[in-house]
Amino acid sequence: MKCDLCDKEAVVHLTQVVNGQTKEVHFCEEHAKAQGIDLNSPISITDILMGLNGPQKNIASELSLACPRCGMAREEFRKTGRLGCPECYKTFMAELTMAIKAMHHSGQHLGKIPAREGVQTRMKSKIARLQKELEAAVAREDFEKAAKLRDQIKKCRDDGTQDDGGKK
Amino acid sequence: MTLDGFLERHGGWLEAGPEEGPVISSRVRLARNLRETTFPGWASKEVRNRVWNEVVLAFDGVPGSKGFLRWRMDELSALDRELLFERHLISRELAERQTGSGVFVNEDECRAVMVNEEDHIRLQSLQPGMNLQKAWEAADELDNALEQGLSYAFSSKLGYLTACPSNVGTGLRASVMLHLPGLVLTEEIKPVINAVSKIGLAVRGLWGEGSEASGHMFQISNQVTLGRPEAEIIAHLDQIVLEVIEHEKNARLRLMSTQEIRVHDHVGRAYGILANAALMTTGEGLDLLSALRMGADLGLLPKIPRREIDRLFIRIHPAHLQKEAGVALSPEERDIKRSQLIRKFLENK
Repeated sequence: MKCDLCDKEAVVHLTQVVNGQTKEVHFCEEHAKAQGIDLNSPISITDILMGLNGPQKNIASELSLACPRCGMAREEFRKTGRLGCPECYKTFMAELTMAIKAMHHSGQHLGKIPAREGVQTRMKSKIARLQKELEAAVAREDFEKAAKLRDQIKKCRDDGTQDDGGKK
Repeated sequence: MTLDGFLERHGGWLEAGPEEGPVISSRVRLARNLRETTFPGWASKEVRNRVWNEVVLAFDGVPGSKGFLRWRMDELSALDRELLFERHLISRELAERQTGSGVFVNEDECRAVMVNEEDHIRLQSLQPGMNLQKAWEAADELDNALEQGLSYAFSSKLGYLTACPSNVGTGLRASVMLHLPGLVLTEEIKPVINAVSKIGLAVRGLWGEGSEASGHMFQISNQVTLGRPEAEIIAHLDQIVLEVIEHEKNARLRLMSTQEIRVHDHVGRAYGILANAALMTTGEGLDLLSALRMGADLGLLPKIPRREIDRLFIRIHPAHLQKEAGVALSPEERDIKRSQLIRKFLENK
């Protein structure tokens, strides 16, 4: 098996299952190292994507970034993999988005919503849910259903009052 | 109430339940955090104490909250914290925390709310046997009630915000505790663990790691918490665990049809050692009780009810032995006590 990035023989093979489909990556020794993979220690794709495992490049200037609410520095967050406060999700959005995608294969909440959340949150969440259904309908070429869902989404966007309470 | 009361009884999740042969219990836990409040691992003592007080206030407004016992970690001895851990009521992480950390436990031990663990709130619901649905419903209900008095950190995109991004979204971790001696003895456990891991679920030993898990007890749980509704996460785990249960049942049937004499020997030897040994470590006890439990399941030990063996699995742990003895015991003294406890249990059978 060849390395994904050059013609050399791959020595590192990582497998990940995304939405039921297996994805594989293969690297030669050199490119594995470049990706921050230590051949002698157990690793996970998540660690690599979180940047917890590898050499940290060109980020010295960014390390000083800290959460304005709780003071958690990016360096600290990288070390522990734990955030300081809910606001940190905004502060570290750039790197978190990728890590969260890698862990959950999704970036959109489709579950429960606290009753205290406002109508707008519920509407956004309803639109997200409909959009996911729309994608699935298109994927299976059910265009009749897709058209209905598209209209529903449009209606939701037009009048922000159609609330089903966020319950399914 | 003091923790000593626990010694005379067992958790409600050790009662009879669906698929109770291979399945011990089903668990659902929800992670929640308070809005605009630093997570426990990064918060000052003042903030952690404030969180504790806020949660207590909200909890007192929950219907049925009077039926819950509560403890703060800083008022419990190390032994008492260990006892709660051995009973699956708190995590190792909570047991090691102090200021502002604590737990609420309802009297049948099927529901618990940990405060200031990794997240401000970790709500747990346990059910006997294979019953994730009921565990989820109980957790959901308690969550709804608790939420009446608290504002949670929530984003419409990422859902419930948690200290670790691996829990974000639903904050839901569902797991099933399984006894899989058939798969271990037929050496099929590794392929099963690999297959389950590949579809995004985690398998770990309840005591110990991987296929070396003591007592042949395993926990299967979801890893993905974002991008799927709770019901879908539960249904997916449910479906896969039912398949693992089928594999376990088939492995046991195969063992009995092709190697019956070896199964008898395995169970009989375990019984022999448990009934006669004068020193017994926790690890050896768990492994031998596992053989006994399988023997009970296969009808080889009609006088030993499986549920009593399950209770023994908990009672032979160090903190339980020491609480029962009423004094601190050295490791060797515990090995003696443990062997006595098991011998006494078997003598009456």
